[in-house]
Amino acid sequence: MSATLVLVQILNGLQLGILLFLIAAGLTLVFGVMGFINLAHGVQYMVGAYFAVAFYGLTGNFLAAMLLALASALALGLALEFLVFRHLYDRDHLDQVLATFGVILFLNQATTVIWGPAPLIIPQPEFLSGSIPLVGGLLYPVYRLTIIAAGLAVAALLWFIVTRTRLGMLVRAGASNPDMVSALGVDVRRLFMIVFGFGAMLAGFAGVLAAPIFSVEPGMGDNMLIVAFVVIIVGGIGSIRGSFIAALLIGLVDTLGRSMMTDILKLFMEPSAANQIGPAIASMLIYVLMAAILFFRPTGLFSVGRAA
Amino acid sequence: MSEAALSGAADRSVAATETILHGYLVSASIFLTLAAVPFMGFLGPEGFILPLVTRMMILALAAIALDLILGHGGLVSFGHAAFVGLGAYAAAIMVTEGVTEVWAILAVVLLVTAMFALVTGYVCLRTSGVYFIMITLAFGQMVFFAASSLSAYGGDDGLTLWDNASLFGTGWLADDRGLFYVTLAVLVACFLLVQSIVASRFGRVLRAARENERRTASLGVDVFRVRLAAYLISGMLAGVAGILLTCQAEFVSPAAMAWQRSGELIFMVVLGGMATRNGALIGAIAFVALEHILSDLTHDWKLIFGPLLIVIVVYSRGGLAALLRRITGGAVRV
Repeated sequence: MSATLVLVQILNGLQLGILLFLIAAGLTLVFGVMGFINLAHGVQYMVGAYFAVAFYGLTGNFLAAMLLALASALALGLALEFLVFRHLYDRDHLDQVLATFGVILFLNQATTVIWGPAPLIIPQPEFLSGSIPLVGGLLYPVYRLTIIAAGLAVAALLWFIVTRTRLGMLVRAGASNPDMVSALGVDVRRLFMIVFGFGAMLAGFAGVLAAPIFSVEPGMGDNMLIVAFVVIIVGGIGSIRGSFIAALLIGLVDTLGRSMMTDILKLFMEPSAANQIGPAIASMLIYVLMAAILFFRPTGLFSVGRAA
Repeated sequence: MSEAALSGAADRSVAATETILHGYLVSASIFLTLAAVPFMGFLGPEGFILPLVTRMMILALAAIALDLILGHGGLVSFGHAAFVGLGAYAAAIMVTEGVTEVWAILAVVLLVTAMFALVTGYVCLRTSGVYFIMITLAFGQMVFFAASSLSAYGGDDGLTLWDNASLFGTGWLADDRGLFYVTLAVLVACFLLVQSIVASRFGRVLRAARENERRTASLGVDVFRVRLAAYLISGMLAGVAGILLTCQAEFVSPAAMAWQRSGELIFMVVLGGMATRNGALIGAIAFVALEHILSDLTHDWKLIFGPLLIVIVVYSRGGLAALLRRITGGAVRV
C-alpha cells in the first residue's frame, strides 16, 4: 500500500473521528452534568440527516437545509427532553436505558413510516464539490475536507465555551459536583436543558454533514451511537477533551484497520485465510482497543469526578 | 436489637416461607399450562402456535439467565444477546459441518460461552455503573460484527440450516412437538438450577454485593470473583438458549445478537419483575405475546411498542410481579 493511500485513509479516519466527536460531545456532557444515559442520542444524528434531506427537497439549497435541520433537531431534542427524559433524571441507569431504548424504537419506526425504508441520498453542495490534489497527484473530495474543518471549528468553539465562559464553567462544575452547583443557587435543570439542546443539535449537525456521503436510512444512528459510547468510555465520561482525542483515535483505528488489516495479515498467513479473518478482526479492533484501555484505566483516559 | 424488631424478623421469616410456597405454585402452574399447550387446539393451528410458544420458552430461558446478574447481581448487562448468539452460531456452524449430536454441540457451546464470559467479564467487571452498561454493549457489538463478517457462514445474510441437530440420533429436535417438550424440559431444569443458585449462600452474597459492595467486601468476600462466577453461569445458560433458538428457527443471522435483542431481554426481565422467582419467566412470555399481538395489529407495531415501553418504565415499579401482588391483595406472590 502506497503512502498516498495511507494518507487518504488517515483523512477518512479523521473525518469519521470528527463525526464521532460531534455525537460523543453531547452524549458525554449530558451524562457528565445530569448522570443521564441517553441511548436516543444516536437517533438525533439520524434525524439530523433526514431533516437535511427533507429541507433540501423543499429549498434546494444545502446551507438553508442545514440551518433548518439544525433548528428542527434542536426542537426535537427539547421536545424529547420535555416529554420523556425529564421524568427519568432521578431514576437509575436501568430505567433510563430502557426508556430511551423505547424512544429509539419509536423514532426509527417513525422515520421508516414517513420516509420509507429505502436509503435516501442528497447531493453534495455545489460550492464544495470537486476535489483537490494531494501529494502524489491523488485527488481528495473538498466536501470531506470541509467536514474535517467544520468539526475542528466546532471543537474549538466547544473548547472556548467550556473553558472560557461562565456557562462553560457551570457545565464543568456540574460535571464534577452537580449537588454543590445546585446548592450554590444555579438552576441545574435549566443548565441541563441548555446542555441537552446543544448536544442534540451537535448530533443533528453530524447527521447533516454525513447525509451527502453516507446513505440516509432508518437505524443509521444506532451503530454510530454505540461507537460514540466506545469513544466516551475511552475518553472518560464527562470530558470533552477526552472525547475529542478518543474520537479521533477510534476513527483512525477503525478506518485504518478496515483498510489495512487484511494486507497486514497476509504477511503472516495464507491470503485466503487472511481474506476470511481480516474483516472480522478489523471490525473488532476498536472494541479490543477499548478493552485494553479500560484494563489499565477503568474510568477512561481523561475521567472527571463522576464515574458511576 | 429490640423485642419488636425480633418479632418483626420472625414475622418476616414466616412470610418468607409462604412466599416460597406461593412462588413455586405460580411456577408450577405456568409450567403445567405450557406443557398442556400442544393439547389446546383452540389457541390456533399447531404449526403456528407451537413455534410461537417454543420461542417464548427459549426467550424465557435467556431472560432467567440474565436476571441472575441483572436482578440478583445488580449488573446491567447490555450485551446478553451476544451469548445467545454465540450459542446459536456455534450450533449452526457445527450442524453445517455435519456434527448434529446435540450433546456435542452443548459441550462446545458451554465451552465457548464460558471462555467469552471469562474474558469479557474480566474486563467489564473491573468497572461499574454506566461503564459496565456501555462496555457490555460494546462487547455485544463486537460479536455482532464478527458474525457479520463470517462470510464462510452467511455473513450479513445469516446461515440457513439444511439439517437440524439430533438428540441421541433421534429427530426430536427437528419435530415441532419434540422440540417443544425438549425446550420445556430444559427451561424447567435451568429454572430450578437458577432458583437453587439464588437461594444458596452464593446467591445471598451476590445480592449483598448488589446492595452494598464495600460492606460485602469488608466481610471478606471477593466480590469480583462472585460476580464473575454469576456472569459466567448467566452467559452459559444464555448460550443454551441460543442452541434451542437455532433448532427452532433452523436459521441464524447476526440480527440474533444485535444490541436491540439485548435491550429486549432486559425489558423482559424488568417487565416481569427483577430478582423475583417468576418475574423473568412471566416477563418473557408477556413480551412475546405483546409483540405478537401488536405485530398482528399493524406492521409498524414499534410505533406503539416504543411509547408503551416508556410508559411501563416510567409508571410501573417492580413489573408484573408487583402488579399481580397488588391486585390480588398479596394473595399471589410471584
